[in-house]
Amino acid sequence: MDAHAAQHALAATPAFSSRPEDLAWFILLLPLIASASIAAGVRRSTFLSATLSIGAVVAAFVLSIALFLPFGLGGYVAVPSTFSWIHAGDLNVDLGVAVDRLSVLMLLIVTGVSSLVQIYSTAYLKGDSGYGRYFGSISLFTFAMLGIVLADNLVMMFVFWELVGVSSYLLIGFWFEKPSAADAAKKAFLTNRLGDFGFLLGILMVWSATGSVQFAGIANALALHPAALGSLASIAGLLIFCGAMGKSAQFPLHVWLPDAMEGPTPVSALIHAATMVAAGVYMLCRAYVIFQIPGAWPAPLGFLSGISALDIIAAIGGFTALLAALMAVQQDDIKRILAYSTLSQLGYMVMAVGCGGPAAAMYHLTTHAGFKALLFLGAGAVIHACHHEQNIWRMGGLWRRLPVTFRTFAIGTAALAGLPILTSGFYSKDAILVSALDGGHPVLFGLGVLVAAFTPFYMLRLVIVAFFGPARSDAASHAHEAPAAMTWPLIALAVPSVAVAWLGLGDFLSAHFDPHFHAHEGGGIFGPFNHAPLAAMFGTGALLFGATAAFGVYWGVAKDPLPAQLGCLSRAMRDRFYFDELYEAVFVPLHDMIGRLCGAIDRWVFSGLIIRGVHGSVELFGRGLRLVQTGNLQTYTFLFAAGVAVVVLLATI
Amino acid sequence: MTPGLHHYLIVSALLFSLGVFGVVSRRSLLVIYMSLELMLNAANLALVAFSQFNNNLDGQVMVFFIITVAAAEVAVGLALIVALYRKRRSAHVEDLTSLKY
Repeated sequence: MDAHAAQHALAATPAFSSRPEDLAWFILLLPLIASASIAAGVRRSTFLSATLSIGAVVAAFVLSIALFLPFGLGGYVAVPSTFSWIHAGDLNVDLGVAVDRLSVLMLLIVTGVSSLVQIYSTAYLKGDSGYGRYFGSISLFTFAMLGIVLADNLVMMFVFWELVGVSSYLLIGFWFEKPSAADAAKKAFLTNRLGDFGFLLGILMVWSATGSVQFAGIANALALHPAALGSLASIAGLLIFCGAMGKSAQFPLHVWLPDAMEGPTPVSALIHAATMVAAGVYMLCRAYVIFQIPGAWPAPLGFLSGISALDIIAAIGGFTALLAALMAVQQDDIKRILAYSTLSQLGYMVMAVGCGGPAAAMYHLTTHAGFKALLFLGAGAVIHACHHEQNIWRMGGLWRRLPVTFRTFAIGTAALAGLPILTSGFYSKDAILVSALDGGHPVLFGLGVLVAAFTPFYMLRLVIVAFFGPARSDAASHAHEAPAAMTWPLIALAVPSVAVAWLGLGDFLSAHFDPHFHAHEGGGIFGPFNHAPLAAMFGTGALLFGATAAFGVYWGVAKDPLPAQLGCLSRAMRDRFYFDELYEAVFVPLHDMIGRLCGAIDRWVFSGLIIRGVHGSVELFGRGLRLVQTGNLQTYTFLFAAGVAVVVLLATI
Repeated sequence: MTPGLHHYLIVSALLFSLGVFGVVSRRSLLVIYMSLELMLNAANLALVAFSQFNNNLDGQVMVFFIITVAAAEVAVGLALIVALYRKRRSAHVEDLTSLKY
């Protein structure tokens, strides 16, 4: 943008900060303050902790809007404000905030969804004994997530990355009295750690090759020497991707996300739909420059030459999308359907990054954050109304009893399914399909279309079974609409599910990744049909096909007809293709064996031989020496005198 | 024959050995104490002899110091022995073995 716009934007920002980018520090620290004071003792008062937490995040949201105006719309370019954090040898880490289009958009998503989810939680968790603890944890999570968004270097991002892991552990295990919740929290944490280990290795590799951990420094170094990473270029990219694989639950680390549904439903909406799982995709976009350099493989992996890290990422993303969509088709738990759908959509985003379309991925991330949070909160309202019944086959007929929930849920479903023109999901999904086509991946494009057909199928299955037909349980027939604190966030989230796409978000993001980007002619709400008709047509066709099939199969049935028709395939889909069982059969014994081996070495070599050996020999020696202490004064005197005599004798010789 | 330095030193060494023998062999603390005094005085004798034969007064000054310290030591030592006797009803070293092993 030109200097005039920047000047204008600068003048328009609030007066209490001379540099608008410094506002980011306030946004980052507000939830931390709330969380710290709740932990320090405010948690005893339910009202105070909720007020403090919501107040902080709403204030952060308002500040995010204030930040979005100059940076997002005004085109003002931030001057990096950093201060030195770590100086150790060659490692220089500056603590700083990266304020640009990408991060201000994410700030809006994180603080916005977090605000709504927290307001919703006041009603959802009313009377829970851990009320204060809940708001403390969720504020901590918001802080950690904002840290990832604002980090301008890989080390800072990694620190907050781990903090997100910890706070999600706290939130998934919120009802830790339930063994399943405690296990799910552990599973999520450990699976994430597995990915984070690769991420850390990748950071070290990039640092040792480029000498910098700042995103700007890495970009500069790689622009000067695109071959700086040598034969490890593709490996480093894949290791960095490992982090995203954990957080964004990509195959083969996808197993934690469905189990994480043991947490309270608002937590699922915030963490497992809008923010934490999006962190992986965000990180890939933030570190995209590492993936843009020419790929190279070390000699033993030479057979992979010609395949770049991005190709592998795209394949994993596409595979995850299809796998999760298939699993979603045969789930009965309302939250698990949404969880698998989230997995599937995350696979979509990762596939978009892999196909060279980070803008499309971020676009889908943004719209998905809105409508998936909406769907989860809607599911929460349903569960709340049906007295914690989560099986959709024990619901039914809810559309009349829960009118607001039904309408907003239907909007969310339409957006997720990608209803053309009307919903935001259509535009972002279309952007991904276009990027697969433009990136020269026809197979992945086909996969994307297939997933786009499955998405409306399982979502409409959910809607038809849960909201229509007769009530199939007492709880469902006596359901009542949720209180206002729960319905208003639903309505607030339904608005962006529809309207976000009309704001030109796609071009806004494309301009971030490509400085020479020019918006397509003939844009507007019919844009996709004009400049990339093939993708838009296929997307719409897939939607029609999936929706028709769902109505055909599920309208008016009381029992899922698919198991009878598909047989063992349906069972495999229901049982998540036996990944958990596979891991339990392969990795758990392997892990146990390694653990037992380490335990034995520790017990017998370290503890037994070294520690006890040293201890034992010292003790034995001491026991021997003790006998010298006769307690007789005169023995001591005699020995002393004899000693002196010997010394004198030796001295005279 | 006038006695030379080595005569004095031999007497001093004999006295000192006598003192060591007393300290090591006697059972009564009081006698051990007296033997200690014997050792101190053996040292005094040697110092005075050195002073005489080397024609300077350093040795004699040292002797005064030793006499003073010995007096103080006797005061403290006897007090300790009395206190010990009151507590243990005995002033024999073979009864004082509570620091054994």
